[in-house]
Amino acid sequence: MEHNKRNHSALSAIFNEDEKRVDWHDETLWFVRSKRDRAVHNVPEWEQLREYGSEIKNHTLSNLDQYLIEFEKKARSNGIHIHWAEDAKEHNEIISEIIRNNQVKHVVKSKSMLTEECDLNSYLTSQGIEVIDTDLGEYIVQLRKEHPSHIVLPAIHLKREDVSNTFHSHLHTEKGNNNPQYLAEAARQHMRRKFIFSELAITGVNFAVAETGGFVVCTNEGNADMGAHAAGIHIACMGIEKIIPKAEHLGVFLRLLTRSATGQPITVYSSHFHKPRNGQQMHVVIVDNGRTRQLGRPDFRNSLKCIRCGACFNTCPVYRRSGGHSYHSAVAGPIGAILNPNINMQENADLPFASTLCGSCSNVCPVKIDIHDQLWKWRQALTKKGHVSSGKRLGMKMMSFVVSYPSIYRVAGRTGRWIMRYFPSLLANKTINSWYKQREMPVPPRQSFRTWYFKNKK
Amino acid sequence: MKVGLFVPCYIDQFYPRVAVATVELLERLNCEVIFPLNQTCCGQPMANSGFAGLAKGCNKNFVENFSNFDYVVSPSGSCVLHIKEHLTDENEDAALHIRRHVFELTEFLLDVLKVEKLPSNFPHKVGVHVGCHGQRGLHVCSMSELVASPFSKPEKLLSMVKNLQMMLPERWDECCGFGGTFSVFEEAVSVKMGKDRIREHKENQVEYITSTDVSCLMHLEGILRRKKSDIRVIHIAEILNAI
Amino acid sequence: MNSREKILAAIAINKPAFQPMPDVVVDIKYDYSVLVPQFLNILQINGATAVWVENVQTIKDDLQKNIAGGHYTINTTEVLGIVNEEININSNPAFLDPVEIAYISGTLGIAENGAIWLEESKMRNRLLPFICQHLVIVLDVTKIVADMHEAYKRITLGNEGYGVFVAGPSKTADIEQSLVVGAHGARSLKVYLLS
Ligand code: SF4
Repeated sequence: MEHNKRNHSALSAIFNEDEKRVDWHDETLWFVRSKRDRAVHNVPEWEQLREYGSEIKNHTLSNLDQYLIEFEKKARSNGIHIHWAEDAKEHNEIISEIIRNNQVKHVVKSKSMLTEECDLNSYLTSQGIEVIDTDLGEYIVQLRKEHPSHIVLPAIHLKREDVSNTFHSHLHTEKGNNNPQYLAEAARQHMRRKFIFSELAITGVNFAVAETGGFVVCTNEGNADMGAHAAGIHIACMGIEKIIPKAEHLGVFLRLLTRSATGQPITVYSSHFHKPRNGQQMHVVIVDNGRTRQLGRPDFRNSLKCIRCGACFNTCPVYRRSGGHSYHSAVAGPIGAILNPNINMQENADLPFASTLCGSCSNVCPVKIDIHDQLWKWRQALTKKGHVSSGKRLGMKMMSFVVSYPSIYRVAGRTGRWIMRYFPSLLANKTINSWYKQREMPVPPRQSFRTWYFKNKK
Repeated sequence: MKVGLFVPCYIDQFYPRVAVATVELLERLNCEVIFPLNQTCCGQPMANSGFAGLAKGCNKNFVENFSNFDYVVSPSGSCVLHIKEHLTDENEDAALHIRRHVFELTEFLLDVLKVEKLPSNFPHKVGVHVGCHGQRGLHVCSMSELVASPFSKPEKLLSMVKNLQMMLPERWDECCGFGGTFSVFEEAVSVKMGKDRIREHKENQVEYITSTDVSCLMHLEGILRRKKSDIRVIHIAEILNAI
Repeated sequence: MNSREKILAAIAINKPAFQPMPDVVVDIKYDYSVLVPQFLNILQINGATAVWVENVQTIKDDLQKNIAGGHYTINTTEVLGIVNEEININSNPAFLDPVEIAYISGTLGIAENGAIWLEESKMRNRLLPFICQHLVIVLDVTKIVADMHEAYKRITLGNEGYGVFVAGPSKTADIEQSLVVGAHGARSLKVYLLS
């Protein structure tokens, strides 16, 4: 783990070199968390709603195959084409084939974490197809050739100056004009032409309803609708876990989603797609990409309940101070830390350790995923599989030995305290002892509690 | 009432005063307090690092030491939570008894001893730090994320102390960043989290920061001392034991 | 096996034991006398303008004023007079692009969040409520319900090819979390509640 440059600890140490920026990042996200708090405290039945959200998802997972079949059947009768993709590669190929068959050159795409997970953009770009991310935040990071650092607020790691510079070089906005209103307007004008002339629109799916064979997409900007209703072809991409059984369940999830995400009572647009419009092609790509494997892990399967609200990011004191890119994955934050090891254990073995296990994530989660317990369980699973440095393993083995034998433990404790008392400089080495870098070691007192107890109580 | 006192290793070695205060406080409340001499560790450092499998010997030892008490009490919410959630042993009956009867000090005072007043006196301005494991794990106080009625066992006890001025930071239940081995493996973020907690307490001009967890305090103290701050850390047992 | 079969088979093997579907009963006592003011209030918080009018003539006058002012204005609702038939399901985006103001009638409004349900049949073209610069929704005051649960009881999804809850003007906070109204959809939303 220590040898992996893409590890959370190393990347967040870099992020922390600019402390002012960390403060700003932390405060901006805390502001979103506070908005969430205000919104949910306005709903007295909030905890009951979370419980329903959780139970509906638990039920759905336990009957997932049947609901997917039902969805497929209804959607087909609604005139929607259904595709199934086992993994990211197949997902990208299916989309690219639709594009080729229809001789499309320009694609507009609204936010879809699944297409990020599958790295669809690079795949299509390499085939000479222009893909524009139309969500403002995603568009900004796309121009900068970066990845989103947050699933709901993709450009939250950037300041207005950064956006202004990027837009100046790509959209020729005034240099130094950092006004968000001005910058957003520039994007609106530029994108409008793209929407009007786009041939194909890709969107994500927030919820797919088995009962009705339709799907719901939520945005504030209206970009998903601008794309989908203007283009001749609409492709919606969804993970298998996006299914919910009934239309009435949308009542629960739409109440939970945006309050958790941004503190709004609902997104500006909650669009319900059921049939292609006259003359339009509508496709849904249903993707596995490791989800069925996660479903088979009893300890981790309920991570598939996630509705991608981002609340666990905003509340996470570690995420707020390490930034999304330190998680080196499409989905960062606490939920990313329990999803990504399923996709690739070796690469993501550091992520479950990027937490103090404070538990705030599990408390904000609108579908009650036990995120912090799963972080703990991933730690066990990863060390069992050997994804841990030999130094750490040895240290832990030694510790295990010491604490199993009271007499050795007493000697070790006495020796440790004695060394610290008389040779403090041994531990006062910032390179060996990372505790000491920015913190003093505790001062060892003259006598331990054990000694006191002997003298006074025995 | 026979109470087995569990003193985590770092308290035994570095913060004996916290354990002493706990003994004195409980004895004053008529408990028979016994410190089983062969105790070592709750096993949390190993388990939270992903080595729960290595905690076997440690668990066995814990059960051997603590199976003969009405209650097991510890001035560390974090260790208590770990025992409650993860203590297992071949002697499962004994482990179960311990899991059900292990208490963090403030819960024990209020839920078992039903303390309603204390003779304590502590004429200082004190900032309260909520330890996550005590809070979100043991529920010693309500949580800002949930829609539920507010309560706090530590605050209830502190409000019994004469002349104490209690101060809560704005983000009153944000984690301090200790997190066991997190504090060394994720040093940068850990320290930043601690600094941010301290900043709020400093703005409140407190003299002390108190908590139900010594581990949080050890981390905060490390940062405070490096910054040569006047703010001191003190465990809640020490305040409640002050007369 | 094709991918569909593989995925379904993997789910069948890996899924947990069956868990029952909960009966969603959200037991809140609403004070129905305050629903309308609450609806108007939340719309305002959402960044919309909301007016309660006694007489449809007020809205008609507003529509006429916009036309007279030289604004390219589209009416899709018969209550307000002549409907602009030139806009229909086949209108292409470039044709819709210059629309400044569109009047569309809503089916239902929700007091808890200010969302209004628009159906495809009422909007003439799916793109219209988004591509117009300013959206005006006309809603019968008796069509306000308390919350999302009630709303879904009254909507039959799938009857229409498309429907959308609109809860304000389009907006973004993607630059430093600072709120900008007028992202890609309509720049403003005005709601007329009609008695
Ligand atoms: S895990 Fe829960 S809180 Fe985090 S994004 Fe998913 S639904 Fe939201």
